[in-house]
Amino acid sequence: MLHFIILVGILFCAYQAVRDKRLLVSAIWLAGTSALVAIMMYLIGAYQIAVIELSVGAGLVTVLFVFAINIAGDEPIPNLSFIPKWLARIFTVVAIVLIGWQLLPLLDFPIILNQDAGFQQLVWENRKADLYLQVVMIFAGVISMLRLLTDEYQIRNLRKEIQE
Amino acid sequence: MNISTSMIVLTAVMGLFGIGLYCLLITRNLIRVLVGLQIMVKGAMLVLVFVGQSQGQPSLGQSMALTVIVADTIVAVVGLALAVQVKRSIGTLDIADISKLKR
Repeated sequence: MLHFIILVGILFCAYQAVRDKRLLVSAIWLAGTSALVAIMMYLIGAYQIAVIELSVGAGLVTVLFVFAINIAGDEPIPNLSFIPKWLARIFTVVAIVLIGWQLLPLLDFPIILNQDAGFQQLVWENRKADLYLQVVMIFAGVISMLRLLTDEYQIRNLRKEIQE
Repeated sequence: MNISTSMIVLTAVMGLFGIGLYCLLITRNLIRVLVGLQIMVKGAMLVLVFVGQSQGQPSLGQSMALTVIVADTIVAVVGLALAVQVKRSIGTLDIADISKLKR
């Protein structure tokens, strides 16, 4: 029953995030979706990933969204899509059917709730290079964001001061 | 119990993917594109964790989901920074106006 309530919550929050006209409210609904997905992950036994998703997906990314929306502003854009909405709905239904067809064999396998202790070893030992690459990616992303958010004229003024 | 839990998780995956894809197809706002992408990626993360748990390799599934979380965060960070910069230099977040630009 709890799983079903969370499923309904996830789909409702995701739908509201897409449907709401105000970007800021959309970001809040997206945070709700992230939090409920994290709870679902916790319920199927992925405890560490659930905590990471809750802190990064519902926390960090939401803060970034709110920050960016505050800077960029909530601009009303005409509700006209590039393709007709009926065509978009057909594409979506076809995509869902294809994914369901691919995922259908998984219904036969039960979820094993036993958390093995190999996660730390797999992440910190077997995938060490991958982990370092992810750390580099995070720093590269943060630095590029800081660079992009810096005003060009501020950089010019700074260069002038340095030259003087 | 297990079968119904599996069905619920897979329904969530399909729903998240469908809602995210529909958002990507119909929206013209640059920030809302990122919202749609985030929703789709949450479905992908959920299915990675679920497949790992159901196939008896939870560590592998979770480590792949961790990688997806990191990549997704980087995409959001860079995408939002680009959106802010586009808004500053062009004055709009409408993809239709941005795609018409010729310099």
